Amino acid sequence: MIAELGLAALWLAAALAALQLIAGALSQRDESGELASLARPAAIMQGLLAGFAFIMLLWLFAVTDLSVKLVADNSHSAKPMIFKLAGTWGNHEGSMLLWVTVMALAGSLIALLERRLPERTMQATLAAQAFVGLGFYAFLLLSSNPFERLPEPALEGAGLNPLLQDIGLAFHPPTLYFGYVGLSVAFSFAVGALLTGRVGPDFARAMRPWVLGAWIFLTLGITAGSYWAYYELGWGGWWFWDPVENASLMPWLAATALLHSVSVLAARDALRAWTIMLGVVAFSMSMLGTFLVRSGILTSVHAFAVDPERGTFILALLILYVGGALLLFGLKAGSVAEGERFSVTSREGALVFNNVMLSAILGIVLLGTLYPLLTEAFDVRVSVGPPYFNPVGAIFTIPMLIVMAIGPLLRWKGDSIRRIKLPLAIVAAIMAAALLLVIVMGDYSILAMLGLAIAIGLAVGSFMPLRGRNLRRVPIATWGMVVAHFGLAVALFGMASESAFSEERLAAVEIGQSAQVGPWTVTLDQVKPVAGPNWTAIQGDLSAKYEGGETAILKPQTRNFWAPEQETTESTLATRWNGQLYAVIGNEAGQGRWQLRLWWKPFVTFIWYGGILVALGGLLALIGRLRGDLKRRHAKARLEEQARYRDEEAPV
Amino acid sequence: MKRLMLWVPLALFFGFAGLAAYQLTQPKDEFIESAMVGQPMPQFDLRPASPDRPGVALADLQDGKPKLLNIWASWCVPCIAEAPQLEALREQGVEIVGVAIRDKPEDVAKFLERYGNPYTRIGADDLSEIQLAIGSSGVPETFVIDGNGIIQHQHLGDIRAEHIPMLLQKLQEAGS
Repeated sequence: MIAELGLAALWLAAALAALQLIAGALSQRDESGELASLARPAAIMQGLLAGFAFIMLLWLFAVTDLSVKLVADNSHSAKPMIFKLAGTWGNHEGSMLLWVTVMALAGSLIALLERRLPERTMQATLAAQAFVGLGFYAFLLLSSNPFERLPEPALEGAGLNPLLQDIGLAFHPPTLYFGYVGLSVAFSFAVGALLTGRVGPDFARAMRPWVLGAWIFLTLGITAGSYWAYYELGWGGWWFWDPVENASLMPWLAATALLHSVSVLAARDALRAWTIMLGVVAFSMSMLGTFLVRSGILTSVHAFAVDPERGTFILALLILYVGGALLLFGLKAGSVAEGERFSVTSREGALVFNNVMLSAILGIVLLGTLYPLLTEAFDVRVSVGPPYFNPVGAIFTIPMLIVMAIGPLLRWKGDSIRRIKLPLAIVAAIMAAALLLVIVMGDYSILAMLGLAIAIGLAVGSFMPLRGRNLRRVPIATWGMVVAHFGLAVALFGMASESAFSEERLAAVEIGQSAQVGPWTVTLDQVKPVAGPNWTAIQGDLSAKYEGGETAILKPQTRNFWAPEQETTESTLATRWNGQLYAVIGNEAGQGRWQLRLWWKPFVTFIWYGGILVALGGLLALIGRLRGDLKRRHAKARLEEQARYRDEEAPV
Repeated sequence: MKRLMLWVPLALFFGFAGLAAYQLTQPKDEFIESAMVGQPMPQFDLRPASPDRPGVALADLQDGKPKLLNIWASWCVPCIAEAPQLEALREQGVEIVGVAIRDKPEDVAKFLERYGNPYTRIGADDLSEIQLAIGSSGVPETFVIDGNGIIQHQHLGDIRAEHIPMLLQKLQEAGS
C-alpha cells in the first residue's frame, strides 16, 4: 500500500510538472492567459507530491518492507536504523528520487517566494524547471522505478555495501545533491532570462541565493567526501583525482565562478552573457558528473551501480538540456545587451580574472577526466592522475590565489594600484618571507613550498578588506567573503603541509614492540578479535606517545562484514592541534608480527577545517544577502504605500 | 566573429556527446589479456607445493601433450568454486598442472583434501614470479599450453560449467 501511494504521488507530480511546463510556456505568448496563473500553484503542488513520494520510500526502508525490490536489494533487517534510512538514497533509484524531490521542492520555493523578476521571466524559469524535472520523472518512472514490487517477498535483504555504512557517507550524497539541484535552479533562471532576454541586477539578485546555497552544500559535500576517502579507504590520501571526485569538483569550480560573476552582475550590471553561460555550465557539470558516475563509462575506485542503459538515458537528458540550453545561448545571447564597462584595475577586473582562472582550472579538470574516454576511442588505455592535475592545475591556481589576496581591496568600476600599495606591500612581504622560510627549512617540492607561502599571505590578505573599518558596521556578506577566503587559505595550508611534511612508516611489529613515526612512538599492546552488529574484526590496540609525553590509544581494525561479505580497513586517527597520526592494521606478517601502517600528517586537519570555514563564509554571505533582499523588499513596499497615500491625498 | 564565439560551447558539447555516445555503445572490456598469449613459456622450475605431487618445470610442459596450467591458491575463494569444474575436466582426460601462489604446504594439503586434487603436478610459486612472467594478474587463472610449451589461450577468473566446452576445444586446437 505504502509503495503504491508513493508511486501514485510520483506519477501525479510528473503530471503536474507537465502542466507547469505547458502553462509556463504558453504564458510566453499570452501573459494574461488563464493558463499562466497555473504555473506557480502547479510548481507548489508538484513539490509537495514529490516530497510525499520520498517520505513513502523512507518509510519502506525504515520498516524494511522486503516485498519492495529496492529495499530487498539494498537493505537488511539487521542494519542499524540510521543506515536503513540512509539506504534510501544509497542506491541508484532512491538517489534519483531524492534528486527529483529536492528539485521539485526548490521549484515550489521559487514559485512561492520569488516576486522580484518580471512575471514573464518567472514563468519561463518555472517552465524550464519543469522541463528539467520531467526528464528525471521519466527516467524514474520508465526505467528506475524505486517502488517496484517483487513477485515474492524476499526472506532477507541483500544488505548495503559496508563501505557505505558510515555516518559521514550517509549524509555525503544528499549534501552534494542539494548542491546539484540548487544549480538546476540557477540553470532554470538562466534559461528563463535567455528566453525573455531580460538580464540585469534583479535577475542576478534572484539567482544569487540559489547559487550561494548550492555552493555551500557542494563545499560541504566535497569536504565531507574527501574526509571520508581519507579515513575510510585507509590509503592515507585525501584526494585522488578520481573521476568521481572530479565529478563533484567540476560543478564546484563552475559554481564558484558563477558566484563571483553573479556578484558583478548584481552590483554593477556587467558580465551579463557570461553569467548566463556559467549558469548553464554549472548545472551541465552536475549532470555530466551524474552521467560519468552512473554510466560506468570511466573506471573509478568508487563502485556505483553501473548500467550502460541508464547511461544512455542520462546522456539523452544531458543532450536535451545542455545541448538545448547551449543552442538557446547561441541563438539568444547575442541579443542580451552588453553590460556596463569597467577598467582592468577594478573589483570587476579582479573578479573577471578569478573567473577566467577558475574556468581554466575547470577546463583542465574536465580534460583530464575525459581524456581516457577520448583515447579509449582509439584503443589506447591511459590513466590520468596527480602528475597531470597537480602541476597543470597549479599554473592557474597560483595566480588566482595571489589575485584573491588583493582583489577584494579594489574598488568597483575603476581603481589604482597606488591607492592600495600599503596592504599590497604587506601581503607581498609576508608571502616572500614565508617562502624564504620554507626554502631554508628543508627540501620540499616546489608546489608545496609555494602553497605554504601563498596560504600564509592569503590568510593575512583575506582580512585586509576589514582594515580601517568599523567592524560593527561591516556588512554580513563582507564578513562572509573574508571568512571564505580565509578558509581557503587554511585549507591550502593543510594541503601544502600534508604534502611537504608527512611521514610514513610501514612496520611489522610483535606485540609489545614499538615503531617510530615523526614525533610519535607507537606500541602494539595487543591484537584481539572484536564483533559488531553485522561484522567481526581483528583489532590492534595501539598506544601512541607524542614526543614521550601525552599518550593516545588507537584501535585500528580490519573488518569482515557478513552481509554482504566484504573486508574493510577501519583506520584510526589521533588528532592533535598540529596534525594527525593515522594508523592502519594489516595482515599478520608471520612469526607473531603484525603489519602496521603509520602516517604522521602535520596540519592535515586544516584541509577540512578550511573547507568548513569556506562553507561558513558562504552561509554568512547568504544570510547577509537574504537580509539585504528583505530590507529592499520592505523599503519598496513602503515606497509604494507612500506613493499610494500621496495619490489619495492629492487634490483631485 | 563574436557571434561565432557564442556557438563554441555548443560545438564543444556536441563533440563530447558524440564521443560519450560512441563509448557507451562499445562493449566494455575490463579484462586485460596477457601479452604472453602465443609466446613460449619462460624457463622455470618450481618445487612441489604438495608432498604427493611433483613440482613443475618448463620441460614438463614440452612433452608434446597439451595441458591446462591452473594458477590458484588455497586462500582464494573463487578457487573453491572452480574445484568441481577442474575435477570435471580431469574426468574428461585433461591433464591439469597447478601452480599454487604464495601458499603454505599445510594449507595446500588441507585445500586438496577438502575440495579434491585434479592436478598431476603442483608447483609452488611463493613470490608470484612465474605468475607475473606469464602475464597473469590474479587467481584463479587458467592457461592452455600446447605440447611445445607455447601459451595458446588465457582464461581469466574461475572456470564455470559453461566454459568447459570452450576449454576442451582450445585444448583440441592446441593438440592438432
